[in-house]
Amino acid sequence: MSATTEPTATDPAPRRARVLDAAQRVLGAQAVAPLIALVLTAAFFSVKSDAFLHAQNFSLILQQVMVVGVLAVGQTLVILTAGIDLSVGTVMAFGQIVMTKLAVANGVPPLLAIALGILACMAFGLLNGALVAGIRLPAFIVTLGTFNIALALTHAYSSDLTYSNLPSELLFFGRTFRVAGADFTYGVVLMLVIYAVAWYLLTQTAWGRHVYAVGDNPEAARLTGVSVGRVLLSVYVSAGLCVGIAAMLLAARTELGDPNAGQTTENLDSITAVVLGGTSLFGGRGSVLGTLVGAVIVGVFRNGLTLVGVEVIYQYLVTGVLIILAVSIDQLVRRRRV
Amino acid sequence: MSAAVVPLLEARGLVKRFGHVTALAGADFDLLPGEISAIIGDNGAGKSTLIKALSGALQPDAGEIRLDGERTTFRSPRDARLVGIETVYQDLAVAPALDIAANVFLGRERRRGGPIGRLFRLLDKRAMRRDAERHFEELGIRVQSMAVAVESLSGGQRQGVAVARASAWARRLVIMDEPTAALGVKETGQVLDLIRRVRDRGLPVILISHDMPHVFDLADRIHIMRLGRRVAVVTPQSHTMAEAVAIMTGATQGELERAMTKDPTS
Repeated sequence: MSATTEPTATDPAPRRARVLDAAQRVLGAQAVAPLIALVLTAAFFSVKSDAFLHAQNFSLILQQVMVVGVLAVGQTLVILTAGIDLSVGTVMAFGQIVMTKLAVANGVPPLLAIALGILACMAFGLLNGALVAGIRLPAFIVTLGTFNIALALTHAYSSDLTYSNLPSELLFFGRTFRVAGADFTYGVVLMLVIYAVAWYLLTQTAWGRHVYAVGDNPEAARLTGVSVGRVLLSVYVSAGLCVGIAAMLLAARTELGDPNAGQTTENLDSITAVVLGGTSLFGGRGSVLGTLVGAVIVGVFRNGLTLVGVEVIYQYLVTGVLIILAVSIDQLVRRRRV
Repeated sequence: MSAAVVPLLEARGLVKRFGHVTALAGADFDLLPGEISAIIGDNGAGKSTLIKALSGALQPDAGEIRLDGERTTFRSPRDARLVGIETVYQDLAVAPALDIAANVFLGRERRRGGPIGRLFRLLDKRAMRRDAERHFEELGIRVQSMAVAVESLSGGQRQGVAVARASAWARRLVIMDEPTAALGVKETGQVLDLIRRVRDRGLPVILISHDMPHVFDLADRIHIMRLGRRVAVVTPQSHTMAEAVAIMTGATQGELERAMTKDPTS
């Protein structure tokens, strides 16, 4: 027994308490940090631009956030299992083309067209999930592949045509109602409902715990009787459902079926929202409510930078810096904890 | 050894081959009610293959497993778990980001009663925390709160969570596969005490360990494996550690006798 080992052996209780305190402080900060970041961002832009701090501008931000916000719910589920879904943007475009083309060009009843579009997205989710859970391929490669497959299918199926004059059912979630002098779309309401449902499933059901456990320590999850493959499959199919709903919201918001949608910003924005919301890319920790805050931060940035007069190109630059910053913080926090 | 007692778990003539390698060459094993039975053996002696067969992680090519005297087969760890056999692994098989109660109930979550539980699948977190807490108290494991994330615990406490989980669900017996291999000296002592308490509460334990002093300290009986067979069953009273090691490493009968005759004089 050397003298150096003895101090820790004699009084473990205070040391343990200190470790606990530190962990609680970090975890607490993890939940609060995105909100503080949001307030700071909003404060910055309200100083820089007179147009920012208006109810109407906030309702605009929410409308802009709604599509990425719903995508980010699915992205959160996938990232919690230590995966990533790079295909959300083009799969969404495919779903939106399926529903608009069927409804406009093929005379399919609009509600059926919407359902088929959502199902198409869920089929992609099923494919992603089967490859990740079944053959244990890395999610990164699988979804990069399905990104391209969906991209090609979108252009082939649409013959590069844009579909307009959408039936009213397809436009419903783009319609607005007035509350407190600001317009809100039904799509924003739907987005909030989806967040509430996802929060409930993740925090109040056994399925949610299994999602966290699979991302945290898949081997431990398997050994305790969690069916890891089934959990992964359900996560990717649920993500596909979110992508399908996002496709419906996109069509309602743009009033178009556009084969070129979803190729640039949506993938990265959905991941940025998740990471800014405090969910770890290493899986197993994070919250879907954090993602909501993260999605609003992304929206506020895009809106604020536009108001301040920053060119679109530099907006990309800022988002790029933002996501790398957020991931770095995630990594630093994680390292300190281990 | 009382021959009248029916072994809780019994294996007869287990054979398992991996290609040209024979991991088990007709291995026997038996666990009596209320005991800690240790399995020792050199690397490659077939310890872990035997344990995997007993916990359902792999299926033997030949031989039989009896539970309370009745023949059974385990096609998966789930089968073994269903009849009340739980396993604790050496590599701290817990989900660090989840809290203690969530880990104890992982894969076996309890839902609220009535339509809320059935339709909305709402977890009964309070009941799970309460039961986990009671179980920890019974085993004498001290932690601040069931709501603490497992990652904020020490290694010994984490393994305590794994042992508590296994003993909470095991109706028949617990298998501990090198449960202290990843732990420091002091934490190892805590886990060994815990294993003893599990046994004292009536749950028999199969302990696999490399550590002779621990085995001799804890075990009621020690099964010594060599080259895929159980070559001897000894007790800490009947044999010394040196003798057990001699049997384990395959010292000849002559060497053994010399060791035995030499020991009392020293």
